Amino acid sequence: MYTFSSRLKTFSLVLIVLGILGIGYSFLTAPKTIEDVEKILKEEEAAHGGHHGAAAHPDAEATVHDAELTPGEGGHQHTTQELHETVPQGDHAVEHAIHDDRGHMENLEKHVTASHDAEAAHADEHHEHLEHVLHQLQNKPWSAVYVAALFFMLLSLGALAFYAIQNAAQAGWSPVLFRVMEAISAYLIPGSVIVFVLLVFGVLHFHHIFIWMDEEVVANDHLLQGKTGYLNGPFFLIRAALFMGGWILYRQYARKNSLLQDDATDNTYYKKNFKASAGFLVFFIVTESIMSWDWIMSVDPHWYSTLFGWYVFASFFVSGITAIAMITLYLKAKGYLEYVNTSHIHDLAKFMFGISVFWTYLWFSQFMLMWYANIPEEVTYYVTRIEEYNLPFFGMVAMNFVFPVLILINTDFKRLSWIVVMAGIIILCGHYLDFYNMIMPATVGDRWFIGAGEIGAILLFLGLFIFVVFTALTKAPLLAKRNPLMEESKHFHY
Amino acid sequence: MSNKVIHVLYNDDDILMDAVKKTRAAHHHIEEVYTPFPVHGLDKAMGLAPTRIAIASFLYGLVGLSVATTMMRYMMIIDWPQDIGGKPSFSYIQNMPAFVPVMFEMTVFFAAHLMVITFYLRSKLWPFKKAENPDVRTTDDHFLMEVAAHGDVDQLVSFFENTGAVEVKVIEKH
Repeated sequence: MYTFSSRLKTFSLVLIVLGILGIGYSFLTAPKTIEDVEKILKEEEAAHGGHHGAAAHPDAEATVHDAELTPGEGGHQHTTQELHETVPQGDHAVEHAIHDDRGHMENLEKHVTASHDAEAAHADEHHEHLEHVLHQLQNKPWSAVYVAALFFMLLSLGALAFYAIQNAAQAGWSPVLFRVMEAISAYLIPGSVIVFVLLVFGVLHFHHIFIWMDEEVVANDHLLQGKTGYLNGPFFLIRAALFMGGWILYRQYARKNSLLQDDATDNTYYKKNFKASAGFLVFFIVTESIMSWDWIMSVDPHWYSTLFGWYVFASFFVSGITAIAMITLYLKAKGYLEYVNTSHIHDLAKFMFGISVFWTYLWFSQFMLMWYANIPEEVTYYVTRIEEYNLPFFGMVAMNFVFPVLILINTDFKRLSWIVVMAGIIILCGHYLDFYNMIMPATVGDRWFIGAGEIGAILLFLGLFIFVVFTALTKAPLLAKRNPLMEESKHFHY
Repeated sequence: MSNKVIHVLYNDDDILMDAVKKTRAAHHHIEEVYTPFPVHGLDKAMGLAPTRIAIASFLYGLVGLSVATTMMRYMMIIDWPQDIGGKPSFSYIQNMPAFVPVMFEMTVFFAAHLMVITFYLRSKLWPFKKAENPDVRTTDDHFLMEVAAHGDVDQLVSFFENTGAVEVKVIEKH
């Protein structure tokens, strides 16, 4: 039996407290009124002014210049221009919904039409801009909590999916790790509840991460009106409850059978788990896809991508496997997993490597198809990310692809604990950034920053994750006893 | 000087493995082992050095990547940078997504083919090569261990007869 070391318990509690403090700070410092925003913008302008003279937004001006000098030249300048033309004038709601290039568009507009625009219109525009920034800044702490909550919850779902695959595939190497996987999936219950509460908060208008929940926006937005049959509060919550309920049901059922199998005299419970796992995997792949449209893609309700579900899946699946590997290594180092050898670690590291490449394949497929065709309604997604999230967007590719490929390609390295842990930390940070890049551009736009709120949210959910997972580990022996494949797994070597 | 070797035949891979371990323990030099199929762990038992072909393959992959990059940069960016359907051809990085499929395939192509050719070269395999098996049964159901015979040959023969061999032959090699 595993005993939760008091040091680790204290550590997780400290993380939770620090996280709550960070989140609290970010909520308290978020601007409440337009006046606050005006003050923030003035300060920013003053800081900019020192360096760039009169130009408040030098990059926007540069864009205009480029576009004028060589019309339609570069990929993104062209798009920005086109976007500017295709957005119907006066359809403020639409513009509002496409948070994306708002700042740029407005500046373009200013430069092009400044000479013959009345003062009044200018003031109007300024007010609108302030309101837009206010919404972004108010979204920021909520989005930070949402991203971290979603990341850790999906991570444990990824571990659960891996567990189901191992069961359904009758893998001979992994049964010694089943209790670790079951413990990681224990976080699915509190994690799902938190994410669900955040979704309910959205429907109740406590936050505005999902722009389609705002009835005023929908009333002025032809595209969103067409989607109300699917994107509406009650149906959204029913779907979420159904999906989470299904996943938790499988998790609890499989865990129960796994424990009963320990004291059984035959393999009935093993067979039950086999069938349940196969059924769950079918349910999972359908619900996972829909979940990704609901909770992630719908923050950009004007944009869509068909392979998005797979892409999200690859992201949290590799995170889940990485978490399994890291917790296994921790327990092994503490002397709790007698039968786990370097071959098991090697296998997990191979999965980390392989699924990292799979994630990259999907990331690139999604990016390259849209970049190549350059259809304005699709490509805005990447224009925002490349222009405003350049470092996180491409940095995540380096962390999730280049680093694991170079470090985990070596067979000997995959057997070294410290290499696997190091690669694991990079992969987990990279996939947090992946989720960050999926949510933030739609909710806070160019106002992003990884500060107290974001780090606080990570710490809070990391602390909670550690607490729940290691508590679950103490509940059962770390070796599932009567699994028919256990002997093979104990002697597994590669 | 005569160059004698002993051919020891087995009909089971487990017996072969045991024999290899015993032979190594007795410090007899194993020249070669002929088997009809890969015997798991035989290389370790014989104490063979691990292969470096994966390292070679990685390097070939890098060559492929460089070839693809250099080729496309020269053709698409430097030599004749046309505007093809609005794709930006001002610098390599600007148009890189379009080049990635080629970069990937070239990397795999070079890594795979050059590795296979390396394998053929290192194991001296080619279409009209004369087959080297000392006993035709080794391609079907027998295992043959070839050991250098130095000193007391009779004693060696009795040693190998005790390792479960079905046949022990002393061969004069030229």
